[in-house]
Amino acid sequence: MTRIEVTVNGVRRDAEVEPRQLLVYFLRETVGLTGTNVGCDTSSCGACTVLLDGESVKSCTLLAVQSDGREVTTIEGMASDGEFHPLQEAFHRNHGLQCGYCTPGMIMAAASFLHENPTPTEEQVREALEGNLCRCTGYQNIVKSILDAAGQMSGVKA
Amino acid sequence: MAMTQERAIGSPVLRKEDPELLTGQATFIDNMTLPGMAWMAMVRPPFVHAKIDSIETSDAASMPGVIGVYTAADLEGEWGGPLPFVWPITEDIKVPVHWPLTKDKIRFNGDAVAVVVAETRAQAKDAAEAVTVKATRLPAVTDMEEAMKDEVVIHEDLGTNVVVHWSHGGAGDQGVFDTAPVIVKERYHQPRLIPNAIEPRGCLAMSIPAQGEFTLWSATQIPHVVKVTLSGTCNIAESKLRIIAPDVGGGFGSKLNVYAEEALSLVLARRTGRPIKWIEERTENYVATTHGRGVTHDVTVAATEEGKILGFKVEELADMGAYFQLLTPGIPELGGWVYMGPYDTQSYWFEFRGIVTNATPTDAYRGAGRPEATYVLERAVDALARRLAKDPAELRRLNLHAPFSEATAFSSGLSVDSGNYEPALDRALELADYHQFRKEQQARRESGDVKQIGIGLSTYIEMCGLAPSQILGALRYAAGGWDGATIECLPTGKVIVKTGTSPHGQGHVTSWAQIVSDGLGVPVDDIEVLHGDTAITPLGMDTYGSRSVAVGGVALHFAMEKIKAKARTIAAHELEVSEDDVEWADGAFRVKGAPDKAKTIPEIAFSAWHAHALPGGVEPHLNGTAVYDPPNFTWPAGTHICVSEVDTETGAVEILNYVAVDDCGVVINPQIVEGQIHGGVAQGIAEALYEEALYDEGGNLITSSMTQYLVPSAMEIPSMTLDRTETPSTTNPLGVKGIGEAGTIAAPPAVINSVIDALSHLGVTEVGKPATPERVWRAIQRAKGGAA
Repeated sequence: MTRIEVTVNGVRRDAEVEPRQLLVYFLRETVGLTGTNVGCDTSSCGACTVLLDGESVKSCTLLAVQSDGREVTTIEGMASDGEFHPLQEAFHRNHGLQCGYCTPGMIMAAASFLHENPTPTEEQVREALEGNLCRCTGYQNIVKSILDAAGQMSGVKA
Repeated sequence: MAMTQERAIGSPVLRKEDPELLTGQATFIDNMTLPGMAWMAMVRPPFVHAKIDSIETSDAASMPGVIGVYTAADLEGEWGGPLPFVWPITEDIKVPVHWPLTKDKIRFNGDAVAVVVAETRAQAKDAAEAVTVKATRLPAVTDMEEAMKDEVVIHEDLGTNVVVHWSHGGAGDQGVFDTAPVIVKERYHQPRLIPNAIEPRGCLAMSIPAQGEFTLWSATQIPHVVKVTLSGTCNIAESKLRIIAPDVGGGFGSKLNVYAEEALSLVLARRTGRPIKWIEERTENYVATTHGRGVTHDVTVAATEEGKILGFKVEELADMGAYFQLLTPGIPELGGWVYMGPYDTQSYWFEFRGIVTNATPTDAYRGAGRPEATYVLERAVDALARRLAKDPAELRRLNLHAPFSEATAFSSGLSVDSGNYEPALDRALELADYHQFRKEQQARRESGDVKQIGIGLSTYIEMCGLAPSQILGALRYAAGGWDGATIECLPTGKVIVKTGTSPHGQGHVTSWAQIVSDGLGVPVDDIEVLHGDTAITPLGMDTYGSRSVAVGGVALHFAMEKIKAKARTIAAHELEVSEDDVEWADGAFRVKGAPDKAKTIPEIAFSAWHAHALPGGVEPHLNGTAVYDPPNFTWPAGTHICVSEVDTETGAVEILNYVAVDDCGVVINPQIVEGQIHGGVAQGIAEALYEEALYDEGGNLITSSMTQYLVPSAMEIPSMTLDRTETPSTTNPLGVKGIGEAGTIAAPPAVINSVIDALSHLGVTEVGKPATPERVWRAIQRAKGGAA
């Protein structure tokens, strides 16, 4: 077992983890934050996307020990004071989710992307989502949601 | 008191189910933990077709945390019968026996021979890998025509791999298929597809041994069907078995089944006295969860020189896989009723043979038989248009059934509820800028452009709202097709709706609240919809086959009728008028001629609850239950058009424009309906251009993970243009038809037709499905007479 210190959604967590434990299972099983989903075992689907020091990563591709001393943000850390994050709000408004299983990963990937590119084109949004698979929505309303959120976040009316 | 209520039906109410899904608070099966819970892992050895010589479990059993390792022999006494198969479509069908763990032989990649129970997920998985299986390899067949030779028989007791032959038709003059002025014969292959719900399967079983009670949480579309069938398989009284579908992350037919792992977790909970959890891995999902399609069709179109279609004759081979799952041979049969499409034809013939192969069992995949049928019809109509040198849109127009607003018999023998097909065709042509693209196509052909343009149409019809129980009985299906609803009006004005449908992304919680809001005059926010728990909603037949709104949604209507009949009596009593003087208007019971004298449902519910002054003979509490058995199917229809650009040097296909004009009858929530179409079309485009389950010669699945099987991303799926026409169903009082599968049914032929249309001037008539760059390039080379 290895000792790690990770800040998850602003709260410091000290834990003993098995060296082979993946970050996603550390979050789900050790920390108890089950909002981050697992959809594949080949790092293909992106359902497990979280932010590591603000940048999106697939939490099934990292070991928990690799998050030692760093900051992780999960879907549970997005809303604040009972208010949706603008991305959550936009996904709701634009029907950007159906079964909701890919949604946390989509939102985390989009959060990281909009931080890099606050005013993207549709094509850029689609490119940014290449690593996140959805089987329900055909992506159309996900893309629309992210463009809408970008507008809201940069103060421009969507 | 007088107020005008805004209609909830038809408005894009934002989904009530979203907040928990958006914040990570959903209860997907893998988020559940119970005290004392142990983990289950399946042992699926790396064989395709092999006779089991020995299974060595002692190493695994002694590994850390292992509670037990069980083979078929160890669990012999647990079963009341094999895994359920509920659709023996013919009297002489040969049914492969399918046990949760195979006993003598391994018959496909995913066939499990043993199961491990351990303290943790990792310990169970490690121990499963330590089970040693010795087996003698047998030749494997995954190709249907090879399997039909019976050189390798997969179930020896059946004596053949050709296990079912079903034919249907004979309507009209069958001679036309030999004598018509124009006869077009085509053969189409549609490969196996892997459904890929983003949440894999999983289950969690718990027992209370002293009571003999069991609860199974499962990522399933069909908790009610699981309860009835597994009570038999697992020897549990149905009254002691509760099935709960928690939040379910997509299904697409792959969770419309009853699987070995659900049965095993129940009997192992009984055996070990521990809650047992199993979560499928994605690579496991690819071999152990049902596949879709896997069919080859020979179609004959009989027509006149003018292009009037006289009939379709269709012979199909359908890959069943190594066993029957819940419905397996029923899927091609379901398609067998729509091989006329929206066309006014007279002659009809359909037959199929079901072939057992050494591959994962097939079963429903979004559309279930109807996409397969529509692909064949719409490809064949285009082939006819090419033969006659006619515009494919105009050829379709010539053959579309004239409008009808009362149920009308079509040549397959079923009665279609209502239809008006031409407006959708016209609207789609307009939205697709059809004539402009035809001009552009001509210009590019003349200039010999490397990139050619193709326009593909698909005018489809679906059979939804599964299903009238009498028809299901006549088709030898084991269950009915009804659905149930219970509505409880609480004294505080809130309303609880218990539905027998089991949504997994379709938004029933919102749409059902809209239906009830209009029916009872209660705000959507005051209505709570409960589903997916057989103890809370015991009357149900679940969610599949675009049936939910057309059966379960309509059941709400009839439950509300009962509530309102009682509420009217109470209202008249309290308003001190006769019942005849009370009418339902603007969301309340009102005195005729004095609409301000009114009682709302919440007011009446309160009266019915305290019951201080109810009229004689009226029971306290305002509630109603209805079980609705639809008198007919519902028949959505529409036109989809795909405009593609094909690079004739590389074979790459790019979709320039995709238009879908669908008619699903009355729309409850347009935003949800559009979402269903987007997703369905995306799956259809995926089917046409990207997805295919491939096996090697030894019968191993080559496309064994998401890195080999191309589920498209946002980069591959284009933005679509949608519109609707609205022809109310005559089957039900809501006028609804269903929309879950339309996109998947309509899109594959629209896309493939567009690719062929782009290349037809080069002599290309077939590109194969999926139309990968390599296939398209080879088709071009073949047409040029070069090496392909």
